[in-house]
Parts: sequence; C-alpha cells; structure tokens
Amino acid sequence: MIWDLHGHFSGVDGATVDERIARLMEYADRMGVERQVFFMGWPWSRDPTPEEFRKQNDQVLQAISHWHDRAFGFAYLNGRYPKESLAELERCVADGPMVGVKLWVSFKCSDRKIDPIIVRCGELKAAIYQHTWLKVQGNSPGESTPTDLAILARRHRSVPIICGHTGGDWTRGIRAVRAEKNVSIGIGGSEPTAGFVEMAVRELGADRVIYGSDIGGRSYASQLAKVQGADIPAADREQILGLNLKRMLTPILNAKGMKR
Amino acid sequence: MITDININLSQWPFRRLPLDETPELVEKLHRNGITQAWAGSFDGVLHRDVAGVNSRLANECGLHGEGILIPSGSVNPMLPDWQDDVRRCHEQHGMRSIRINPNYHGYKLNDPICDELFQQVVTHKLIVQLVLKMEDVRTHFPLMMVPTVDMTPLSDLIQRHPDVRLILMNNYNTLRGETLSKAAQAENVYFDISHAEQVGALEKITKSVPYEKLLFGSHAPFFYLEAALLKFKESELGETITRAIQFKNAERLLNEP
Repeated sequence: MIWDLHGHFSGVDGATVDERIARLMEYADRMGVERQVFFMGWPWSRDPTPEEFRKQNDQVLQAISHWHDRAFGFAYLNGRYPKESLAELERCVADGPMVGVKLWVSFKCSDRKIDPIIVRCGELKAAIYQHTWLKVQGNSPGESTPTDLAILARRHRSVPIICGHTGGDWTRGIRAVRAEKNVSIGIGGSEPTAGFVEMAVRELGADRVIYGSDIGGRSYASQLAKVQGADIPAADREQILGLNLKRMLTPILNAKGMKR
Repeated sequence: MITDININLSQWPFRRLPLDETPELVEKLHRNGITQAWAGSFDGVLHRDVAGVNSRLANECGLHGEGILIPSGSVNPMLPDWQDDVRRCHEQHGMRSIRINPNYHGYKLNDPICDELFQQVVTHKLIVQLVLKMEDVRTHFPLMMVPTVDMTPLSDLIQRHPDVRLILMNNYNTLRGETLSKAAQAENVYFDISHAEQVGALEKITKSVPYEKLLFGSHAPFFYLEAALLKFKESELGETITRAIQFKNAERLLNEP
C-alpha cells in the first residue's frame, strides 16, 4: 500500500487541473500509488496573498473533486496572514473536503504568529506539512529550517507536524527534529541519496518517517527508490510507504466520513 | 540485461554510503539485473595520487568485480604529468574510458588544458565520462562548496573535438536550451539518465534527446540503484527504446573502434 504525502500539478501538460490530475494519476497507477496528496496550484507563489492562496486552494478543490477515492487535498496557507489563513482553514478543512495544510517559504514557522493556525489544525486533526530546507548557500528569508520546525513543535507537543523535505540535507535535518516526538519527517523532494531512510529509521524510528514524492517536479521513481532501495525491514517499509500517513489521517477522515 | 555506465567504488569523502564496499555493491548489481557496470572511483574526485587511485580501481574491479565491473580511470589535468595517467589508463590497465570532474579539479571546458586532454583521449581511443556534479549543490559541505560544471562552452568544445566520444553524466537541469539541443545533435555525445527527474522522466527526455544517445546510469552507490531502475516502470517506452537505453547504446559505444 502506497500513500503519497506530497504532490503538485506540475510536470505534466494540461490546460486545467482536471486534465493535469488525470495525467498524474496515470503515473500513480503505474507505480502502485493508491492515494496521492495534492497541495498548491499554479503559478507558484512563494509569498501568496490571501487572494492568491484562496485561488490556489480552489484549484486543488477542483482537482480532487473527481478523485475522492484517490486524492486528498491540503490547504495552502501563509503564516504572514494568520487571520485570513484561519478563515481559509475553516473553508477548506473544517467545512470542506481537505484534510491538512501546507506551509511553504513565506514565513518562518518558529514565529509565534503562526500558533493559532497550528492550534486549530490540532483541533481539526488536520495534518500539517511545513516545508523545510537547510541550504548551504543560505535559505530564503522566510524559509524554515528543521530547527525552526523543532521550535514550533516544542510549543505544540500534542500536535503532529511533518518536517517537509527533512531539510534537504537530511543528515542535519534528522538530528534537528530527533528529540521532538510529535515531528515526523517527509522524505520527498530531494535527490535519492542512499542512506537517507536507513538513518531516519535508526534515529527516529520507522513510525516517524513518511513517504512522499513531490511530483511532478520530482519523479515517483527517484522518491520511491529511497524506501524501496533502503536496507530496512519489510515492516518498516510498509509503514513508511503508507501506514504512517494513513494513521495520521485516519482521525480526520473518520470525522469527515471519508473512505480510508 | 543492463549496463550501468555510472557507478563509483571506494568511499564518498563526506559520509559512508550503504554499498561502499565493492562485494556488497556487486551483489546488489547482480540481484537487480545489472550485467555490466562502468566503475569510477570516489577517490578520483579529491585524491592527488591519481595513478594510485586508478591502480586500486583496476585491482578492485578485477578482484571483486565478478566479471561485471569495467574500470573507468580518473584523470585530473591540473596535476603534473597527467598525460601519463591517461597513458596508464589505456596501456597499463586496458581501460576503455576515463572519468573527469572539471569542477572539483579546477578547470573550465574552454580552458586550453581541456583541449589538450581531449586530444590525448583521441590518441588513446578512450571514452570521456564528463561528470557535471556529484551531489546537490545545496547540500555540500560548507567548507567545500563546488559549483556544477559550467556547460556554456560545451558546444564549442564538441565542435573542436568531434571525434571524442563523450558521455555527459549527472546532467539533468544542467543542460538546457540550445546547449542541450546542440549536444543532442552531436554524433559522439551521450547522456546518462541518473538524474532525470519529473514524472515520466524518460518519456520526456526522449522528446529532446534521441533515445540512441541515452545510457542507463544510476550514480550508485551515492544514489539508490532503484531510482534508475524504477524510471523504466514510470515511463512507457516500449521494448526497442528500453533495450537501447539499458544496454544496446552502451554496447555500441564500447565496441566502436
């Protein structure tokens, strides 16, 4: 069973999201991906205004509307606009079909202004995916590191949070979040460097490691390889490929009466 | 049957890799249907005793290669008497290819030394494996940030040395636009698929590069071998193109006089 945490509508042709998601699902079928999470529309907006993130979420809502049995949506929010983000969380998750949120590079997640969003996600049992990177040349101004995420996680110990990309430099990223038991890592969206998943399982435990691809900019092939090529027990592989994400989403899926 | 033209032996300087012991790597290659693998050495990226690097590489392939490892020696033309490294690769070790890392060794593709190297290569009838990068530049060790090879001079270099059989390794996102299209049209230029990305990556690449120019490369053990293997599951290429990329093109390239 493969559930994929991380997908976009890029990398394929198509004038509409409906066309693009149909094309992407062909690739998912080939690779055995049963469920695919999507967030953000296009064009990319690194620091979206409320109007922009609402529009992007509309695209996701449209795309998943015909794929309820296969696709999940996470709402794209911006911590720089907490009030509007909370309203969007209500629209897309509390009152809509989405089951999580995506926070990208506009606002460091260590900033307390983001706390109301995290608290509300906890109440809704919505998954929280926070992008992180550790670029040796330096992150962009609002781009969070795994250390930022660890600071956030310490303020919300009862809320599960996903450390997106594990900071890219996973040797440091894994260490940065290791002590925060409410943090899982997303392993998608980086090169398929060997040893990543082995170290993650050793340091965090398999139950804190979640497969995702970051399609269509990345391939299923390179990202699945991180798990399927790792020297880990078969049971750990199953957890990482799908069971962990399913476990995380089960409460909100049950609350919404959605198929698991 | 698969020929992997992009593997490395020995140890990556910045961390241990799961398969950086040759017998374990060879076992993994066997288990996954790799019938021939062109092996460079991680040591060739930074070590200055390149003659020693290449001797160890040849010995390792002979001792543990179980008939599938073909050594590809390192050459660093910024070192004194590098010409003898080229000669030894050919005459002493019987190598068919060399591997070069201009970004780690400190020269550009339009430097005269690169022309001299390519002339030597023709003399010894060697294939050149030009490695554009070893790892994502965003994750380099902070005291050793090495830019990806600048490919701007590539078209002119190819034009000056049309007889050099050149493989562009670890090339995805580094080659674009006119540079890519000119390289794709050049008779003796090939591309490995190790870094090909996006969903259906191979379907897309075959639209911009003739499939006869594509070679299976994994960049193992730095990358998980499965990343290259699974690309053929994700893209529907048909048997002819699959066989060409997986071994026919490499076979033809290796057997060219």
